Amino acid sequence: MNGPALVLQGLRKTYKGHLSLTSREVIRGLDLTVEPGEVFGLLGQNGAGKTTTLKLILSLIFPDAGVIRLFGEESSRVAVRSRIGFLPENPFFYDYLTGREFLDFYGQLFGFDRAARQARAAAILDRVGMASRADLPLRKYSKGMLQRIGMAQALLNDPDLVILDEPMSGLDPIGRREFRDIILELKGRGKTVFFSSHILSDAEAICDRIGILKDGRLARCGRLPELLPPDVRSWEVAFAGPAWETLAARGARAERISTRGSETLVKVAGPAELEGLLDALRSAGARLIAVTPRRDTLEDLYLREVGGR
Amino acid sequence: MRKTLAIAANTFREAIRDRILYLLLAFAILMMGASRILSLLTVGAEEKIVKDIGLASLSLFGVATAIFVGVGLVFKEIERRTVYTLVSKPISRSQFILGKYVGLVMVLAVNLSIMTGVFYALLLWKGWMDAGITRAVVLIFVELLLVTAIAIFFSSFSTPILSSLFTVTVYVIGHLSWGLLLLGDRIQGAAGKALCRVLYHVLPNLDALNVKGLVVHGDPVPAARMLHASLYGVSYTVVVLGLAVLVFRKRDFL
Repeated sequence: MNGPALVLQGLRKTYKGHLSLTSREVIRGLDLTVEPGEVFGLLGQNGAGKTTTLKLILSLIFPDAGVIRLFGEESSRVAVRSRIGFLPENPFFYDYLTGREFLDFYGQLFGFDRAARQARAAAILDRVGMASRADLPLRKYSKGMLQRIGMAQALLNDPDLVILDEPMSGLDPIGRREFRDIILELKGRGKTVFFSSHILSDAEAICDRIGILKDGRLARCGRLPELLPPDVRSWEVAFAGPAWETLAARGARAERISTRGSETLVKVAGPAELEGLLDALRSAGARLIAVTPRRDTLEDLYLREVGGR
Repeated sequence: MRKTLAIAANTFREAIRDRILYLLLAFAILMMGASRILSLLTVGAEEKIVKDIGLASLSLFGVATAIFVGVGLVFKEIERRTVYTLVSKPISRSQFILGKYVGLVMVLAVNLSIMTGVFYALLLWKGWMDAGITRAVVLIFVELLLVTAIAIFFSSFSTPILSSLFTVTVYVIGHLSWGLLLLGDRIQGAAGKALCRVLYHVLPNLDALNVKGLVVHGDPVPAARMLHASLYGVSYTVVVLGLAVLVFRKRDFL
């Protein structure tokens, strides 16, 4: 390996309309470095520029300004792409080919000989769970099957850097679990994975680092433990018995989340409020069910950063 | 080179798995059959009519396939976003566009061979076969090489509808380009004269590739004319493909 797997410096991209009025600057000075062996998740709202960033990295579109380097080389160099695998969002492939023909075609683009192509295709089809459907034409594939064959073509060359655009979309829960395993296995083999997602639970489960893209810049970037401090930020208290209004009248301060039958769930902001609530519960003769400390999740951080709530 | 051929082979496979091609082919063959019937209505000129309509069908259906498949080749890859994974493989943009071009030329070659085969069979059966026919077919193929390149050039920066419009326009003007010289002579202003001259030299002279008239009338097609016309067509094709590659190299795939 020579240098970081991916470096973006001062990246800018404007989509030009027919008039200057309709031009839109999508990426506004993006800086980012991904080290070899990392799993990096790029998060952001629809339209924040995630897909544009991935397309810039892959030279599908060209930046107006800035530098893109893959393993120390200019991203526009053709040779460096033999170390890259890419799965686009909602992939669509040549529907007149069968899965096996498709992988064979792409294998030729990497310059593999026939024996190598057959061996790689067989192994990768097995890995993504498509071996039994390999000889069906792609037009008969479901969305999830296309996603799997898309993953297969992205891994065909055993790439050092795998770039995935919304890899979990279109997959059922089992498929998502399998894709997660594939990503973790890649990481285990020292590969670098760079993916965009808006499924936060997946990102939280598999990423070493995340970046939140907002208005064409990185709003936050870092390791999850750093971004999500372990401090308890609030408590959730569940109890049965008196109605919440009775307790509130006794001076308990909390935010009611839900009521189901005689059970109530509330959120308490700080230790003093928690003490107050517990006192009120005791004096009202309520039955305490659970007190759960709440730490920040990626979702909380995300919503704070993109201003969703 | 191997990668270009892989893309060409895939383009070829796409075309032969598409039914439209067979429809065009069937139509062309039908038309040659019809020429036989038409010729029955005339007296004496039977051979000329069969040869004339036969060669015209080869040329027209070839050009129609070249334009209407050619303008969609690149567009379809972008529209269906198959280009995203293709171009992210270690291939250059020029390999991509040349692969597409070679693939379509392979389709046209097969197409033309089948139509020519039917045509030859018809001529042999009537005892009208001569060497001129083959020379005319070779130049039709050279014309297809050029028209395909023009279609791909336009489609490298424009939509299929506009590209086919542009290509048909170039095709028609290319066959009437002698008219530009004539117009230049008649026109008054110096600027107009200059424009006609420039257009005459810049636009392809497709009539140079047309020896159908000679062949139909049984006149010989000299070897020098064949060589000159083929060289002209092939050089023009290379230049147009070079331009297409230049345009395509900096194109964003949105």
